[in-house]
Amino acid sequence: MATEILMPALSPTMEEGTLAKWLVKEGDTVSSGDILAEIETDKATMEFEAVDEGVVGAILIAEGSEGVAVNTPIAVLVEEGETYDASAAPAASEEAAPAGAPAAPAPVAAAAAAPAAPVVDESPDYPEGTELVPTTVREALRDAMAEEMRADENVFLMGEEVAEYQGAYKISQGMLDEFGSKRVIDTPITEHGFAGIATGAAFGGLRPIVEFMTFNFAMQAMDQIINSAAKTLYMSGGQMGAPMVFRGPNGAAARVAAQHSQDYAAWFMQIPGLKVAMPYSAADAKGLMKTAIRDNNPVIFLENEILYGRTFDVPKLDDFTVPFGKAKIWRSGTDVTIVSFGIGMQYALEAADKLAEDGISAEVIDLRTLRPMDLPAVIKSVMKTNRLVTVEEGWPQGSVGSYIASEVMQQAFDYLDAPIITCTGKDVPMPYAANLEKHALITTDEVIAAVKQVTYR
Amino acid sequence: MAARKSAQKSNVSGEELTSYYKDMLLIRRFEEKAGQLYGMGLIGGFCHLYIGQEAVVVGLEAATKEGDKRITSYRDHGHMLACGMDPKGVMAELTGREGGLSKGKGGSMHMFSKEKHFYGGHGIVGAQVPLGAGLAFSDKYKGNDNVTFAYFGDGAANQGQIYETYNMAQLWELPVVFVIENNQYAMGTSVQRSTKSPAIWKRGEAYGISGEEVDGMDVLAVKEASEKAIAHCRAGKGPYILEVKTYRYRGHSMSDPAKYRTREEVQKMRDERDPIEQIRDMLLTGKHATEDDLKAIDKEIKAVVNESAEFAKTSPEPALEELWTDIYA
Repeated sequence: MATEILMPALSPTMEEGTLAKWLVKEGDTVSSGDILAEIETDKATMEFEAVDEGVVGAILIAEGSEGVAVNTPIAVLVEEGETYDASAAPAASEEAAPAGAPAAPAPVAAAAAAPAAPVVDESPDYPEGTELVPTTVREALRDAMAEEMRADENVFLMGEEVAEYQGAYKISQGMLDEFGSKRVIDTPITEHGFAGIATGAAFGGLRPIVEFMTFNFAMQAMDQIINSAAKTLYMSGGQMGAPMVFRGPNGAAARVAAQHSQDYAAWFMQIPGLKVAMPYSAADAKGLMKTAIRDNNPVIFLENEILYGRTFDVPKLDDFTVPFGKAKIWRSGTDVTIVSFGIGMQYALEAADKLAEDGISAEVIDLRTLRPMDLPAVIKSVMKTNRLVTVEEGWPQGSVGSYIASEVMQQAFDYLDAPIITCTGKDVPMPYAANLEKHALITTDEVIAAVKQVTYR
Repeated sequence: MAARKSAQKSNVSGEELTSYYKDMLLIRRFEEKAGQLYGMGLIGGFCHLYIGQEAVVVGLEAATKEGDKRITSYRDHGHMLACGMDPKGVMAELTGREGGLSKGKGGSMHMFSKEKHFYGGHGIVGAQVPLGAGLAFSDKYKGNDNVTFAYFGDGAANQGQIYETYNMAQLWELPVVFVIENNQYAMGTSVQRSTKSPAIWKRGEAYGISGEEVDGMDVLAVKEASEKAIAHCRAGKGPYILEVKTYRYRGHSMSDPAKYRTREEVQKMRDERDPIEQIRDMLLTGKHATEDDLKAIDKEIKAVVNESAEFAKTSPEPALEELWTDIYA
């Protein structure tokens, strides 16, 4: 039986090529692996090997031919003792590649200038009358991890200085004593390596919590976080993923300069497959951390060193959790919406207090999680106030605020009475000098000025 | 060559030899078919063939038990076939179809099987090594005696994360076998051009990890080494390194013209060291099989491969809704 040899595609982009040279002639016997011809692609000259064995019955395309399309028959192999009969054209032995890419799907949601009333979950985080206990963010994080580790044997904590040192920022204080060295694990200083080991452990069915001493050091582990942890569920067609938490302080602390003072919210928020939480209060730190540990996906949990020592009321409940994707309205208002998250909330709330003295009523929304992001809550508020200011410590280009501004413009353009202002940190590496550092960060005065601008005061 | 050679070849049964012959031949015929489908435009992107290296995975797998895990880089088709994954599912993933192991969303470099404990299929050179140590970590944490094979190449051996992993694997006595598949070329860069310390397995000594070099063209030698490495890990002695000296006959990927080595070098390896021919000779000279027996095996393997190709061509493309699934669990 005759077998057609087709012009091969020899690179991901090749559609045609030059049949530069035949290395066999009609009548030659070839076996699998023998070089048949040299073919010039758009990138290089390639040797083309035989897959089947047989005798070259006919060469259909002469050497030197240019522009030979992929899948054109270039020769025919026949079996020993058989001859090629050109008049009896062989049936196409292999079907051609499916034509082109499928038609592009319709965009998910057409831009709507006037949204239907957004569906927003405004239920309280805990029942009215719940006892509240003043707690630091530091203690709240520790309590959340300890509660989840008591509940699930597969949860463990690893990182630099988390065990014997009790945590570089004392977040894991007391945990080694309670859970032992099997579950509270000191690592060498090797972020790339231990982020990868933790991700592999998650593939293997455990639920790791990885502490980065600060998120600045997570840059060393970025490939494992994004390429391994975030993408594996998709790449495996849903067979396996990484149920785990990467946590640690993020953003500027105080006087630690450029390499230790960066807000990564906008970076991680961009990645499908990751979830990103960035709490402000102790209650949210606790409730979101418990949700993060139970989540079956990799969660980036961005804490803040300056907030660790702050005290907030935390509900005294056996099992207090805060769902992802549900913003919290800290203050209702009618004149302007201020949206922030993490330590940015401090500026937003201070600004709102001072603005109230000037007779401006600001609604302050804490996103709490950036992916998923509660955009409906923002849009609902903007439909009421018609003005929006976003506040964050990160840099301006590609900021969280830029994304929010873009979404609000696309979904609620007709409701805006002023351009949205995105208040961010300055577009500079963090300086060391005290006065410069203060100026590099967002300030309450800048938030106030932005609100006055959008309210035309 | 200091590499481990199989000690007692005469004691190996015909049945065992036949099974290695079949497993290696399946990989070779499968890869040849994959190359052909790539040439027809049915497989896209990057496609890295395993031809020449068959004895490595077949020998290593021969000593495993249920529950053992494996993870590798992007040259992964051989590993998947050797651990028993369905050739149809592998080939259909290569063609990006619904019937593929990752529903067409992973492709040649990113395939997985929870059922067969195959954890990929990873496209970033070296990243699979800490992941493999993490799989071993999970088994040690759970208190079972499973072992993980973390495969990487001579190219990946120069990535820093390998040594971060060596350090922690030995520190925590993780049951992981680091398998260095040294096929002598990192894409176009020969080992001689990338390192002054060509005994790559010896780098483990700096971390206290034992290891050895193995003749990767000799499936029996690989199997013996695998037994030893696995026994070390199962006994709770921590990791072990096998540097398996092998050779890839084809280019780095389908679009590699392989101008960095001579045709004679490749041909010499094929003529003198081919892993499949070695076993074929042993089967014939040991009178374990006749030419006709082997022809029948060839035919049987060809049928399996053709069936996988047919499935890969006829399985539909994934539904457009699949674009939006499996992003979050």
